[in-house]
Amino acid sequence: MKQLIGSVFVLVMGLFLWSLVPLLGPSAGYLSTYFTQHGVADNHTANLVTAVVVNYRGFDTLGEVLVLFASVSGATFVLRRRDGLPTAQPWPASEFLATGARALFAPLVVFGAYIFVHGHLTPGGGFQGGAVVASAVLMLLLVNRDRHLPHGLMTWLESLSGFGFVLTGLIGLAVGGSFLSNKGLMPLGEWNTLFSGGLIPIIYVLVGIKVGAELSALLDVMFHSTGDADHQEGQA
Amino acid sequence: MMLAIDFVVVAVIFVAAVGAMSCKNLVSSVLLGGLASLVASYLFLRMGAPDVAMTEAAIGAALTTVIFLVATRRTQEVEE
Repeated sequence: MKQLIGSVFVLVMGLFLWSLVPLLGPSAGYLSTYFTQHGVADNHTANLVTAVVVNYRGFDTLGEVLVLFASVSGATFVLRRRDGLPTAQPWPASEFLATGARALFAPLVVFGAYIFVHGHLTPGGGFQGGAVVASAVLMLLLVNRDRHLPHGLMTWLESLSGFGFVLTGLIGLAVGGSFLSNKGLMPLGEWNTLFSGGLIPIIYVLVGIKVGAELSALLDVMFHSTGDADHQEGQA
Repeated sequence: MMLAIDFVVVAVIFVAAVGAMSCKNLVSSVLLGGLASLVASYLFLRMGAPDVAMTEAAIGAALTTVIFLVATRRTQEVEE
């Protein structure tokens, strides 16, 4: 019976998706045409995807960042409250893993920062760069299993970057007339140079820091979730 | 030639996804899911969406796999 309901559900979902197929393709409405024709003139960004994500659809991006924040908060809340679970002594990392991870840590952080600083020029941006930074932190956590991330620093990074995102949007509202507007506040600069795109690089760097801090905090809480007594005291 | 590679990639995604669902061993399931994500990121790149491909590779293939693996181990510790 369960399987029957499941297959019917999948079939109905498939029908819905199939009816969306004619909407795909180059004639997907006037908005995409507008973005491709006016994106460069409006924002001076070499990567048009970034112009859409941060400027035209910046409000949605704020929502995505908030969703990530809420899910990480939820995971932290659930996992921190498990008292009295058996704590397995983690195996010490092998020499191979330890050396490789220590060698990779710094290049990964720099690469992640490069991705979100150059979000308006090359593919990638805040989310991708933040994820790469978080995988660098993962390397660190794999080697030093008994160490914790500094929670105060993580909280401040997250809060300040999120606050900065909203503040930038509100400044755009005050100066340019709409939330996250890119008009009039900062010079748009020359196309395809690092200092171009007005507010877009600033917002994407903030998003990168926020995503990196959140995903790192999530990894940290996953690795240390079997909180025994002295760990709990250490973090409080 | 490129089209042939695409077909192989799609076949890998299909096999990995079905394998991830039907596999009895949870660790193998998680790894197969990561493989499907990693190969899907190549498809995104081929369809001209490098931004999505980077997201899929960094989050779908790397971080999600690690988080699932850690969760699997943690729950096994509790069950034992």
